[in-house]
This record gives sequence, C-alpha cells and structure tokens, in this order.
Amino acid sequence: MSILTQEQTKRICDKVMSLSKADECIVNVEGSRIGNIRFARNAVSTAGLADDTRIQVQVAFGKKQGTATINEFDDKSLERAVRRAEDLARLAPENPEFMPAIAKQAYKSSETFVQRTADIDPEYRAQAAAYAMEACRKKGLVAAGFFTDRSSFETVANSNGVFGHQIATSLDFTCTVRTEDGRGSGWVKRSARDVAKFDPREAADVAIEKALRSVDAKALEPGRYTVIMEPAATSDLLGFMLNGFDARRADEGRSFLSKQGGKNRLGDKLFDQQVNIWSDPWDKDVPVLPWDNSMLPRERVHLVKDGRINALDYSQYWAKQKGARAVGSAGNVIMAGTDKTTAELIANTKKGVLVTRTWYIRMVDPQSVLLTGLTRDGTFYVENGKIKHPIKNFRFNESPVTMLNNIEEIGKPVVIGGDEANYAMLIPSMKIRDFNFTSLSDAV
Amino acid sequence: MERRTFLNFSSLALGSTLIPFGRAIAAEELLTTMPVAAKKALADVALNAATKAGASYCDVRIGRYLNQFIVTRDLNVENVANTESAGVGVRVICDGAYGFAATSDVSNDGIANAARQAVAIAKANAKLQSEPVRLAPVKGVGDVSWATPIKKDWRAVPIKEKADLLIAANKAGMDNGANFMQSMLFQVNQQKFFASTDGSYIDQDVHRLWAPFQATAVDKATGKFRSRSGLSSPVGKGYEYLDARPEHKIKAAGGVATLYTESYDIIEDARAAGRDAKRKLTAKSVVPGKYDLMLSPEHLWLTIHENVGHPTELDRVLGYEANYAGTSFATLDKWESKKFKYGAPIVNLYADKVTPGSLGAVGYDDEGVKTKKWDIIKDGILVNYQATRDQAHIIGEKESHGCSYADSWSTVQFQRMPNVSLAAGKAKLTPDEMVKGIKKGIYIVGDGSFSIDQQRYNFQFGGQLFYEIKDGKIGQMLEDVAYQANTQEFWSACHSICDERDWRMGGSFFDGKGQPPQISIVSHGSSTTRFNGINVINTARKIG
Repeated sequence: MSILTQEQTKRICDKVMSLSKADECIVNVEGSRIGNIRFARNAVSTAGLADDTRIQVQVAFGKKQGTATINEFDDKSLERAVRRAEDLARLAPENPEFMPAIAKQAYKSSETFVQRTADIDPEYRAQAAAYAMEACRKKGLVAAGFFTDRSSFETVANSNGVFGHQIATSLDFTCTVRTEDGRGSGWVKRSARDVAKFDPREAADVAIEKALRSVDAKALEPGRYTVIMEPAATSDLLGFMLNGFDARRADEGRSFLSKQGGKNRLGDKLFDQQVNIWSDPWDKDVPVLPWDNSMLPRERVHLVKDGRINALDYSQYWAKQKGARAVGSAGNVIMAGTDKTTAELIANTKKGVLVTRTWYIRMVDPQSVLLTGLTRDGTFYVENGKIKHPIKNFRFNESPVTMLNNIEEIGKPVVIGGDEANYAMLIPSMKIRDFNFTSLSDAV
Repeated sequence: MERRTFLNFSSLALGSTLIPFGRAIAAEELLTTMPVAAKKALADVALNAATKAGASYCDVRIGRYLNQFIVTRDLNVENVANTESAGVGVRVICDGAYGFAATSDVSNDGIANAARQAVAIAKANAKLQSEPVRLAPVKGVGDVSWATPIKKDWRAVPIKEKADLLIAANKAGMDNGANFMQSMLFQVNQQKFFASTDGSYIDQDVHRLWAPFQATAVDKATGKFRSRSGLSSPVGKGYEYLDARPEHKIKAAGGVATLYTESYDIIEDARAAGRDAKRKLTAKSVVPGKYDLMLSPEHLWLTIHENVGHPTELDRVLGYEANYAGTSFATLDKWESKKFKYGAPIVNLYADKVTPGSLGAVGYDDEGVKTKKWDIIKDGILVNYQATRDQAHIIGEKESHGCSYADSWSTVQFQRMPNVSLAAGKAKLTPDEMVKGIKKGIYIVGDGSFSIDQQRYNFQFGGQLFYEIKDGKIGQMLEDVAYQANTQEFWSACHSICDERDWRMGGSFFDGKGQPPQISIVSHGSSTTRFNGINVINTARKIG
C-alpha cells in the first residue's frame, strides 16, 4: 500500500476534490517505506520496517483555512477527511495573509528514484551493519551505527488543475567506532540515492581508521587556526546560514541579510570570490522533487554567485507584497568545488587542524549567524602536509559568513544527507583560515 | 536535548501547514474516549496471541494521542490544527530477545497479528543476541487508572478563546516595543492503556500544555535586531495554567522581571518581552572574564538537563547512544567508587516522575512500573543513574526506576529521562539576599542557546535576560553573554542555593534521542543558584 502509482493517486485526488464544497481544495498524498537497522556495542539493537501512507486535505472558504490528514483511503474515509478540513476551516479565524491555491503548473520531473535502492531487503541491511561490527570485534574496537533506506512517493493536486506525482529513494549510513578503552573515536557518514554508490566496507573502514588514529589526543591551545573541514563538518553550519535567505525576514530587518536603513543585502558581496552556492532540483547527484511544500515549481536558483548574494527566497505572500516572483524553495544545496581530494588539501597545509565532524551546533546570535558547537570523532593536527597527531576536541564560536570569507582552498564536493539542515547537500571539503576555537573539550 | 524537532519548534519557524503530531481531526471529536473494558479486551487479545506464539513476556500499549496547536504571527492566526494518532504497540520477549510490532488496525485480528509479528522478530533477534534480556520484577497491579490532575480541559476551551489570547499577547508585545511577535499554543492529551503478562491493566490520561512566544525588536537605522522569548514553563497541567492568578507571580531579584509559578500571565509576559527586546538594542556589551553567576530556575533547568540529566542516563553510559546522542563522562567506575565528586557538597539532584504539574509526571511508566523519586547526586557525590527494567540489574537494583517511555503507540519504549531537579537550599536565602553577597556577577533569567559535547564535559549556554551585579546590587542590562564551563568544575563551583520558597520548574517538550529519533518531555526544578568564578565570553561579532 505504501508506494502508490500515479493512476492510483490521481483517482484519490479527483475523488477528494469532487467531495469538497469549499472555495478551493488542495490535496497531498504521500507514502514511504523506511527500513532500518541500529547497532551498538558490536550487536544489533533494533531493526525494522515502517510503512506509512497518508493524505492531507486543505480547504478554504474565503480566507478561512482548515487542514485534515488521514491514513485510510476508502471513499467513506476520504469524505470524512474533507468534512473535517471544512469543519476546521469554518472554526478558524480569517488569515489576512491568506494566499489562494496556485494555478496549474507543468512540473519537469527529476531523477529521484533508483529501483536498486527500493529493492534493499533485511539481509542487505544486516550485512551493511555486520561488516562494521565484525571488523571492530577483530580489532578490539566497538561499533555503533545506523543504516536506513527509504522509498517514497508524493502526489500534489489542487482544484485549479495542479497535479504532480513522483517517486524517490535514498539511504543514509552513520557509524561511530570507539576503542574499548574509550581513548579513541572515529565516525563516518555516507548518503546516496543509488545503493550502487554506497560501500559499507569502505565506510566502516574510514571510521575504524579514524578511531585507531585518534587515540592519545594531545591538547592544543584554543585560538584561531587554519582548518580543513570535511564536508560533513560544514553541512550544518551552512544549513543554519541558508535558513536566513528568507526574503521577508531580510526585508523586515530580522536576518543577517538585513541592511541598515531597512533594505536587504541582495547583490552585496558577503563571501570570498570562490563561493558559489545554488539549488537545482534536477542535479544528477542530489535530485529532489520539482515542487516545494506550497506546490510552487522549483527552479535552478543561484543563491551565491562569486561571493555575492544573488537570490532570496520569496513566499507567495511576500512576493506579492514586493512585486517579486515566487519560486519554489530550495530542496537541495550545491556548493561549487574542485577536483582536489581532502588528502590534497592536507598536503598543501603547513599548519592546521583537520575536522571530521561537528556536533551540537546552536545559534548564538542570529544577527551575525554566530554559531557554537564542537568537533568530534576525529580531530587531528596537520603539519607540513601530513597528519601529525590526534588532538583534543574544540568548542568553536564562528559564523559561517566569516568562514566563507576566509576560504583558502576548496576540495571535491560529496553528497551529504540532511541531519539538522533540511537539505540534500553536495558540499566540498574546505580549507579555512582563522577559524575560531574558543575552548577545549575532554570528550572522546 | 535533540535536535531537529526541537529546533523546528523552538525557533517558532513553523510553516502554516506543518502538522507535527499525526492526523488532524475536528474539535468536537476530541472528547470521545474508548471504554476501558474495550481496551482491556483488546489488550488480552495481544497478550494471549503473544504467549501462544511462544513469548515468555508481553506488554501491549493501546494509545490515542490527541493534540491541538495554534500558530500566530503578529495579529494573525496562521494555523489551527487538531491531530490524532491511535493504534497499538506490542513488545515481547521470546528466546531471551525483544521483539516489537505496532499497528493502526485496532481490531482483534490486527492486534493478534501484531503480537505474532513481534514474536517472530524476537525469534530472529535472538540469533544475534549476546546475552538474554533480564527484566527486573514488577508485581502486577490489576486494574488501575491515573490522570493528570487538571482543572480545565484544553479540549473543552473554544478555539477562538485561545486564538484571541495569543493575539492579545502579540498585541501587548507590539504595543510595548516589539516590531514582531510570534506565539504558539501546544496542547497534548495522551490516552494510554498498558497491559502486561505480569497482570497489570493500567489506564492513564495525560495532559500537557505549552505557550511559547518570541518578541523581536528592530532598529532599522542601525540594522540591529534583538529578541526575547517568553518565560513560561511547559507544564503537565490543564488549561487553568493560562488563567493567571496574582498569587502565582513573583518578582525576580531586584524586580527586573515578573516570574510565574502555578499559573502564567502570557499577556503580562509579552508586554515585558516587548520592552526587554527593545532595551536589548542598547544594552551594554559584556566584558569577558570570570563572574559569579546567579542563575534563575527559568534558566538553570536547561543547564541541569544537559549536564546532569543526560550524563546520568544509563543507556548512554553503556554506549547505546554512541552513534547519535553520545556517551557520558559519568561512567560506571565513577559510580562504583561511591566517591566521585560531581559537585559541591550542597548539590543534591534527584530524579522523579511524580511531582505534580511536571511534564514527566505519570502514575506508571511505559513498562507498567509505578513511578517514584530517587537520588542521582547526594551531597555532591554521584550515587545513581536512570534505569529501566532491563537495566536495573546492571546497577544492582532490584526494581526499575520507571524511566521507560515511547513517544507514540507505534514506537518502541526505551530509557528516557525523568524529571531531574536540584533540591532547594537548606538555609534560608532569597534571591535578593543572594545578590547582596556578590561583588562581580551576572544574573541570568530565561534560557537561550545551548550546546554541550557528546560526553557532557564542555558546555556553553546563553540566556534571555542578563543583568550586571556589582558590589551586591543589580545594575544595568547586559548583552552578548554566554558562559562556558566543564560540568564537574561548574557544579563544584556551586556556592549557594536559595530555599524552597524560590523553587520552581522549567522544562522541554522536545527532548530527542534514539535512532530512529523519538522525542520526550521532561521538567527540571531548582531555586535560584549561585556559581562562583565562571568563564563568561562576549558573543558580539561583525560580519561583512
């Protein structure tokens, strides 16, 4: 039941809209089949498969809006969902910022589905976990990790004739390897749309190697250092910053993209010349659905071009207020890189710090996007082009805006699945000067 | 506290169509409930099917989770949604291993199938098991019930009345200096029926409420903006919490803010927040250095949560969260030594799931264990952890602490944090008296940004309101303040704690843990507390 075809969901959407007596009706049908296996202490702790399918009905009488969701699809249940949404719409106060349902759209499909990934079974999941556990047992290490795969579909429709249907697949693997005495810890993260691009052995070996190398970390004084950040280490920092690209917040003076005098910073050069960031639903490595949550079509949007703020994200309401064109919000984030490996960035570094992962990142000051957080599971001192020794973890207080101004060298982008950032990402490793570490952590 | 879920809500960044809790239902359907006898009959179907299939133990949770949330921005209501999620979760032990299955098909066949599926999963897991599950004994309690002692059921309060209250709060904030206001009302009712092969049939009706807001002031001339969030607590109470009563208001030290105990005046707090947000635009930037910190319970709850609550979770200590939420510095050897100094001798922290009005308060946990209170830190020494039935034997306990919780009928129960609170000081001391003894300090009210390492050593916290303390007097408002410390050093620097007259609780609706992640709810109580010589940094930065 969880993955419905276009014909099946079209029938459901048509039925729902025919039942509605409201001025307009918006329907969203979505389903997923999510498999997972979790392990810790070199043993499986949980494993499962969750199927879920639901339909959301949103109706409006004038500017009064109501929403209902249900996970049953017989005619009686669909009618119940419509009536519930209409009941809530009648109870809700008018929203002066209400925007009518969008007009009919032509969505250009993106390549989000790979059958091989949809075919992942419990044996594959168990094997993905087993290699890390077995290898760790042999080496006197302790593995903990999580593998999850997802097949899903989404259908959107409204009473103005909008209709879109698409299927998607993805997988994520994370693994933490610790030495039995707790003196070393390594980590790896891999994300993919196509399971053929995921190698659990390669991934586990990275975590194992980092764990072994990280034993007996030395303390380095906090301060400003040249850092080589692996892609996973910067993904959440960039995610926090990109949340500030909302045009309304910038225009209202509540974002780092607000300017003195009540204007926004569109067109301003805020970053190093090398920085180019865009979103593109049809990207071959990180494709996403060609519509956003409000059913607006996504486009390729260049957010940062040669270091300049090139575009802001307009909601339909704010676009209307400002005479701008609303485009579907970004579902992915792609940052331009080079062909250089992380190893090459290290080789070009006289003195610096290699960061595997950042952790518990929180906003300290939205005015400057000052973020705090820590390094974790593999922090190393680099000297004369080589990793010299592991170092204790640091707390940092740094703004990604400053960070992207201090870029010395950029590496090859890799796919990073969303963690705290709600985007599929393709991000390079980066060498950054003067990164601000403010204190030491004893955590391993 | 984790992670994405909390961020979504705490930042008040809800989209107008986001429904976080389940399927939406109309208001008039909320008050209907399933008869207990019917739930008991369904539970017996699961218990019988599981034991017949070979389970040596089975518990079944029949849940109906009702929620309503209202989202407002300035003088507009952005969304109103009622949600419901109902179904059955069955957990079994077979061949020494756990199995779990859940279904939304609440029929005899649906439940029996889920029970048999759970047994099949347990049998498969048994092949990978290194040692059998050992459950601490629980004596069956027969047919019992427990309900949050509410005076006013949020389900019976008209939506318009609630929306009007939020809009009035937003208006109060905007009339007093805020350029923008966002407010929300989260209302939760969990109808939970638990049954087990131990002979328990436990029916519980749990209510919770939270009314967060954020006031933002903007100075267009300078391009500066500052925010102040509400000072309410999320509570395990009914809607009566929002019927503000004068006897439930107290003044912060020096009268710098009004604080709330048993009920909350959201309009008064929003009015103050508008003024505070505007004042923050011109507040003095802190000079970094060592300060004696005086932390209000509205702030300290989060510090307790992060550097006492989480490190003393036994599953973290053992390594089950190593890949996600992290491990803990409070390792078993430290506990076994019986002399690990977690803090100063005046520091006493206890766990409980019984304090009336707290988020963690229930009659029984999700393993059917009667809830209780126990010590975690006694006279500054680490004396215990938080454990479930399958962990009790690891720390030599004969019974569980009652720390099992699942955030839905469809998710498996596991070890979650109870309320963890700092006991009030034994000597008579008020916040105003505390100020008099401080030469160079900062008084912090309300919680702000928070970050801590994966073993809970190094942390950094911000806040909502910061006031300079100079030579025993509260002075001007400060900004750009955050403090950094090591957990053990911080609690060892605890100098004094106000007495029970000042004790009250803060808490969280969205404490995350586990993979796939689940959220939990928890309260933390304290009185205003002083910590000496803590490192304060200045967080002001210039960009572009």
